[in-house]
Amino acid sequence: MNGNGATPMVRAEQVEKWFGRTQVLKGIDLEVAEGDVSCIIGPSGSGKSTFLRCINHLEVVDAGRLSVAGELIGYRQRGDKLHEMREKEVARQRQDIGMVFQRFNLFPHMTAIGNIMEAPVRVKGESRATARENAQGLLDQVGLGDRGDAYPSQLSGGQQQRVAIARALAMEPRLMLFDEPTSALDPELVGDVLDVMRQLAEAGMTMIVVTHEMGFAREVGDSLVFMDDGLVVEVGAPREVLTSPQHARTQAFLSKVL
Amino acid sequence: MSTLRRARHPGARPGAVQAVPVRHPGRWVAIVVIGVLVAMVVNSVVTNPNWDWAFQLDNAFSPPVLRGVVTTLWLTAVAMLMGVVLGVILAVMRLSPNPVLTGAAWFYIWLFRGTPVYVQLIIWATIGALYKQISLGIPFGEAFVTFDTRTLIPNVVAALLGLGLNEAAYMAEIVRAGILSVDEGQSEAASALGMSRLLTLRRIVLPQAMRVVVPPTGNETISMLKTTSLVVAVPYYELLFNAQAIGTRTFRPFPMLIMASLWYLAMTSVLMVGQYYIERHYAKGSVRTLPLTPVQRLRKRFTGSEMR
Repeated sequence: MNGNGATPMVRAEQVEKWFGRTQVLKGIDLEVAEGDVSCIIGPSGSGKSTFLRCINHLEVVDAGRLSVAGELIGYRQRGDKLHEMREKEVARQRQDIGMVFQRFNLFPHMTAIGNIMEAPVRVKGESRATARENAQGLLDQVGLGDRGDAYPSQLSGGQQQRVAIARALAMEPRLMLFDEPTSALDPELVGDVLDVMRQLAEAGMTMIVVTHEMGFAREVGDSLVFMDDGLVVEVGAPREVLTSPQHARTQAFLSKVL
Repeated sequence: MSTLRRARHPGARPGAVQAVPVRHPGRWVAIVVIGVLVAMVVNSVVTNPNWDWAFQLDNAFSPPVLRGVVTTLWLTAVAMLMGVVLGVILAVMRLSPNPVLTGAAWFYIWLFRGTPVYVQLIIWATIGALYKQISLGIPFGEAFVTFDTRTLIPNVVAALLGLGLNEAAYMAEIVRAGILSVDEGQSEAASALGMSRLLTLRRIVLPQAMRVVVPPTGNETISMLKTTSLVVAVPYYELLFNAQAIGTRTFRPFPMLIMASLWYLAMTSVLMVGQYYIERHYAKGSVRTLPLTPVQRLRKRFTGSEMR
C-alpha cells in the first residue's frame, strides 16, 4: 500500500534468538509494509512462531534489531547504547500489536464479551458502557453477535478463535499477529476463522500470519515468507513462491504440503 | 484388506436390554457385619451412663461454652484471613523474578512451617520478655516512638499472630500451587493485550488459580478451627478450654470433651457447606453446565422442574 521510502510497519534486521544453547533464529531480515498481509510458512521448528513472538516482545531478541512502526521493540536507543524498557513501556507497545494464538487462550472464567471488554476497561480505562458497545460491535463483526454471554467452554473452537480475534481487535491495534490461528481447529471450522481474517485484511489491517493454510496465503497474502532452520529462505508474491519456488528447500517443503 | 460388514438383523429390531443383573453377595455380608457393629456402638453410647448426655446438654449452651464457640469462630476467621492475605503476598513474592523477594519468601516459609505452631504461640506471648520495648525510628539510630511490648501485644494479638503467621506459610504454598496450575498461555494472552504483570495476576491468573486453591484452603480452615484450641498456651481462652474448665470443676471431664468435639463437628460441617458453594462459584466457566446443588436437586424432585 505504501510506496517505497515510507517506514515499514515491521522491520527486522538480523534478528537472532537463542534458547539455551540452541539457536532458533539465525538472523532474520524482513519488512512488512503498512496494510500488507504477510504469511509465514515453513516446517515446524523453523522458528516462525518464535519470530512472531519476538515482534511483541513475548520473546526477547538476543541480537539484531526489531522495530514496529519505526519504534524499537522492548528497547530504547540512546546514542549507541540500548536501554531495556520498563514493563509499563513494553505494555504500551503491546497495546498496538494484537496477537491471536494457536490455542486461543481465551480467559475461561469470563464470558465472550467479558474477554473482549477486559483490556479496554482495565488497560485503556474505557467506561464499561463504551467497552460493552464496542465489544458487541466486534462480536457482530466476527459473526457471534448472539454469543456474548457464553463462556469459552460453551463455544466451539472456531467460535473461540473468532472471539480471540475480536478480543485482540478491541485494543484497536495497528498490527495483528496470528500464530497458526487455525491449526487447532476441526477442518470444518477453519473456514469461518479464515473468513474473518480475510475481512480484516480487506479492511486494510497489517497482518503477519504464521500458517499452514496455503489457500489463504495465496488469496489474501501480499507476500509469502518461507522460513527454514531459523532463516528466511525466500520472500515473494504468494503466487510466485507457491508455483515457482526459487530455492531447493522451498521446493522440497512445498512438494510435501501442496 | 478386510471388508467391513454390517451387522444384519433378520426380522424386527432387537428390543430393550432387560438383562439379569449381577448379584453382589459380598454387599449383604458387609451390611450385616457393619450393621451389627453400629448397633453395638449405638447401644453402648445410649446405655453407658458415663457419657452423661444430660450433663452435656445442660452445658452445651451455657454462657462460657457459647463464649468459647464465638471466640473459636472469630479466631479462625481472623487467623485465616491473615493467612490468606499474607499467603498470597508470599506466593507472589516466591514466583517473582526478583531473587531477593523469592529468597525472603522462601526463608519465611522455611521458618514458620518448620517450627511447631505451639512454640510460635508461646514465643509471641512471651516476646515481651525478649524485647521489653518496641520502637519505630531510624534503623540503628534514633527512635521516634516507643511502645511497651506488653501493651502492644496483648494476649489476643499474640494468639492471632501465632496462628495467622504460621498459617500464611502454608497458604503461600497452596496459592503458589494454584498460580502454577494456570496455563502459561493465559498470562501471555494478557501480556499481548498490554496488561501489566500485577493486573494479569489479579484479573486473570488468581481467579483461575482459585479452583485449585479453594479445596485445600477449606481443609486449612477446618484444621485452623481445631488448632485454635492451642491458644491456651498464650493463654487465651476458647471453646475447648472453657469446656474443660467446666469438666474439671465438676469432676466430669470426659462428657465435656465429647461436648466440645460435637461443637467442633457442627462447626466444621457448616464450613463444608460453605466450601461447596465457593468451589461451585469458581467452577464457573470451566464446566459447561454446573451440577445442581443439593437444594436444587431436592426442589427438582418435589416440583419436577429445574428452578434456578
